[in-house]
Amino acid sequence: MTEPLVFRFNVDGSDFTSAGQASVHVKKNLRELGLPPEIIRRVSIAMYEGEINMVIHANGGVAEVIVSEDAVEIVLKDQGPGIPNVEQAMQEGFSTAPSSVQSLGFGAGMGLPNMKRYTDTMEIETEVGVGTTIRMKIFLK
Amino acid sequence: MTVRELLEQGFTEVTIPEPDREIRGAYMGDLLSWVMGRCREDAAWLTIMSNVNVIAVASLANPAVVVLTEGVTLPDEIRILAESKGVNVVSTELPSYEAAVELSKLIS
Ligand SMILES: Nc1ncnc2c1ncn2[C@@H]1O[C@H](COP(=O)(O)OP(=O)(O)OP(=O)(O)O)[C@@H](O)[C@H]1O
Ligand SMILES: [Mg+2]
Repeated sequence: MTEPLVFRFNVDGSDFTSAGQASVHVKKNLRELGLPPEIIRRVSIAMYEGEINMVIHANGGVAEVIVSEDAVEIVLKDQGPGIPNVEQAMQEGFSTAPSSVQSLGFGAGMGLPNMKRYTDTMEIETEVGVGTTIRMKIFLK
Repeated sequence: MTVRELLEQGFTEVTIPEPDREIRGAYMGDLLSWVMGRCREDAAWLTIMSNVNVIAVASLANPAVVVLTEGVTLPDEIRILAESKGVNVVSTELPSYEAAVELSKLIS
């Protein structure tokens, strides 16, 4: 059993111009590890959506990607406002994104549904006023 | 059809770091999460968005080329970023629908 590999990123909540950088970085890392393209694509999509959500909705946070023998796990932790109604947030089209970011192409309310769709497991732990932690897994076998 | 061959068909080069990429299918949309979730790898992605997030989405969703329609262009610093990330970008004066019709003839 080899040790899992951990990639860790601070996601800056104030900088839209670098938003998505952690995901682009992870994609490169996973390529170098020789993971199958379809797995890399799924990890990239799920992580990007989570990363952008931390920037737009939670003023940044920390992203961790853990590559073990049987799965890639993505853990996104923020100390933002939390999600008052997770079931509603998970619905396609639901968004509280401000109009300032809508003009950049965000706010379709498709991010969380994409994260669910492209991963095998997804858990949301959230508390209003405290923050949100999202764990997603993509199995390798 | 390759991205390079698009240039002979009236599309204008913005930056083409990967000219030999083959185009398979197309997706049109400006809302980034839709594009992330639906745009296939190797497709042509038609959009009117030209901010820096387009480059991040393109390098992750990995379309063969981003096609900026309606005469949209990229600011210089974003063009340079696209180039450094290996993201192909072309532009056209055509409205989005006409550009899609044109592409559909070329890649089918
Ligand atoms: N980390 C987070 N902290 C607080 N609220 C969040 C967080 N992530 C998502 N939300 C809430 O859930 C809603 C839905 O998120 P989702 O990613 O599906 O859509 P969006 O970010 O609004 O738009 P899109 O992802 O399509 O650009 C958000 O509008 C926001 O209200
Ligand atoms: Mg989102």
